[in-house]
Amino acid sequence: MVEVRRSTVIDAPIDEVWRILRDFNGHDRWHPAVAVSKLEGADHTDQVGAVRDFRLTGGERVREQLLSLSDKTRSFSYAIVDSDVPLNDYVAHVALKPVTDGTRTFWNWHSKFRPPAGREQELAALVAEGVYEAGFSAIRTLLSGQAAAQIAGSIEGQAIMVARHGGPEELRLAPVQVPPPGPGEVRIEHSAIGVNFIDVYCRTGAFDLLQPPGIPGMEAAGIVIDVGPGVPHLAAGDRVGYACPPVGAYATHRTMAADLVFCLPDNVSNEVAAACLLKGITAEFLLHRVHRLKAGENVLVYAPAGGVGRMLCQWASHLGARVIGATSSPEKAEAARAAGARDIVVPDGRSLEAQVMELTNGQGANVIFDAVGRDSFAHSLRSLAVCGHLVSFGQASGPVGTWDIGALSARSATISRPNFGHFVDTPEKLTRSTARLFEALRDGVVTAGTTQRFPLADAALAHRALEARQTTGSTILIPGESA
Amino acid sequence: MTEVYTSSIINAPADRVWARIRDFNALPSWHPLIAESRIEGGAPPDQVGCVRDFRLKDGGRIREKLLALSDYDFSCSYSILESPMGVDNYVATLKLTPVTDGNRTFAEWSAEFDCAAEAEAQLVADIGDDVFQGGFNALKAHFGT
Repeated sequence: MVEVRRSTVIDAPIDEVWRILRDFNGHDRWHPAVAVSKLEGADHTDQVGAVRDFRLTGGERVREQLLSLSDKTRSFSYAIVDSDVPLNDYVAHVALKPVTDGTRTFWNWHSKFRPPAGREQELAALVAEGVYEAGFSAIRTLLSGQAAAQIAGSIEGQAIMVARHGGPEELRLAPVQVPPPGPGEVRIEHSAIGVNFIDVYCRTGAFDLLQPPGIPGMEAAGIVIDVGPGVPHLAAGDRVGYACPPVGAYATHRTMAADLVFCLPDNVSNEVAAACLLKGITAEFLLHRVHRLKAGENVLVYAPAGGVGRMLCQWASHLGARVIGATSSPEKAEAARAAGARDIVVPDGRSLEAQVMELTNGQGANVIFDAVGRDSFAHSLRSLAVCGHLVSFGQASGPVGTWDIGALSARSATISRPNFGHFVDTPEKLTRSTARLFEALRDGVVTAGTTQRFPLADAALAHRALEARQTTGSTILIPGESA
Repeated sequence: MTEVYTSSIINAPADRVWARIRDFNALPSWHPLIAESRIEGGAPPDQVGCVRDFRLKDGGRIREKLLALSDYDFSCSYSILESPMGVDNYVATLKLTPVTDGNRTFAEWSAEFDCAAEAEAQLVADIGDDVFQGGFNALKAHFGT
């Protein structure tokens, strides 16, 4: 049996060191020997019994199981389950202790294992230097970098940090430094943050809007703390909102470009703004700019009980269109009718296009708002009226794929594939869009609907609920609210 | 039960620090608060169960019993049998751990005891700061920085 023991003193408070070390699946974020770490058969990195699957930077695989974890003694033990490196019967123990005269941390790393005969010294040195001492240096560098990042005038905030693309468990609360606003910037204290399905795509990496490490989220409302030079339209104390890329809304505070941020009218609360700005602006430009909806048009809306779909139904029916909702369940049909859909089509053995044609006396839909994508696109084309307009603005079921535009001649159809960013990328466009939305909210033309609240720290729970389709209406995160 | 925990880094290898503090009868030679000490009954100071009877520089007298001694772990535990401090069930442990990075020593001194609630804050300060940290400061001064 070979025994290896290495220890050091880290010049940081014990809680800061422990926050990093207690993440059993986090070594690939700081340890130079670990290229990739994945958790097997467990959702949580602090689940005793969890197995982490390491790919080392040298290419070897090592699987290790968490045997014990204690937040009381700030220690954990683990064993190698199988490994390309012959560290047989390897069991290790990591423990932190506070150095009470000064805010430092004593870190002890100890293991025993059975190397093959003749390789004792080589493997003991590998563990001691390549793993333990290299780990000490990496943590020291990481913590000193964090200290250097504390820019003068920064506010200590918290944010949900995605350290790498993956499941909801990658949404972790972490301290962040929120710098003072530079020229053209504003610093905001968030009151409520909107959760949208696009945030899931950012988290998983399906959309390339978030490069880890990064903070997800595209809409929020709150109070202006301070503004940088050259920001005439905002002042400290203003109640504001925004809904647009770049990501970064899942945070207590944020410094960002001021021309993306607008004042909220008195009749729109922070929570309503966070719940419906992104959806409302989307509904606004789809109905007024991508397609200029006219009274009497037949409109087909998919997912009419969903966030954008419900607002499309409300707004389109108010504009005098005849709205048909395409949905899957009687409950959702009820919600769609309440939102203004005159007719509902549900799967009933006939095709969607046959039902739409029947409801429109063989005319078809003048405009179709389709965010389903792959599963709906062909049906949408066949549901169009002559000279109809198919607006494809999402792909919840997957990408639409490649089509021959010759297929459009069957209806002399027009297709639009709008990108949210292009409709809010100047202050003028944004102001026009929000003015229309706030008016519609004021007059009750559109409403925020039911809202589910989660504490910011529980962003992972919010994503799980959203992905399991357990939410109804909008989902928002509230900073500073405890679980 | 009240707990006191004090720890420090001493700039010398653990075996050298241990050599200075291992002797249960040697407090006067390294701790600034202790004036004189003897082992009752002439027992050897590394005999587990032996009792040291020592006098503080301020005149107080304390009798402590050696509960455990380990040259393997560099640790020593003892209980108070008699003291003017007003503590019951007092058990303390002094332990050294090598810091391999720099060949230094991580020293921990901790105690658990019962006492009157109104005396607790003062006792925690006296024991943690004066006795334990005071001892560490003396070791740090002796071994240098």
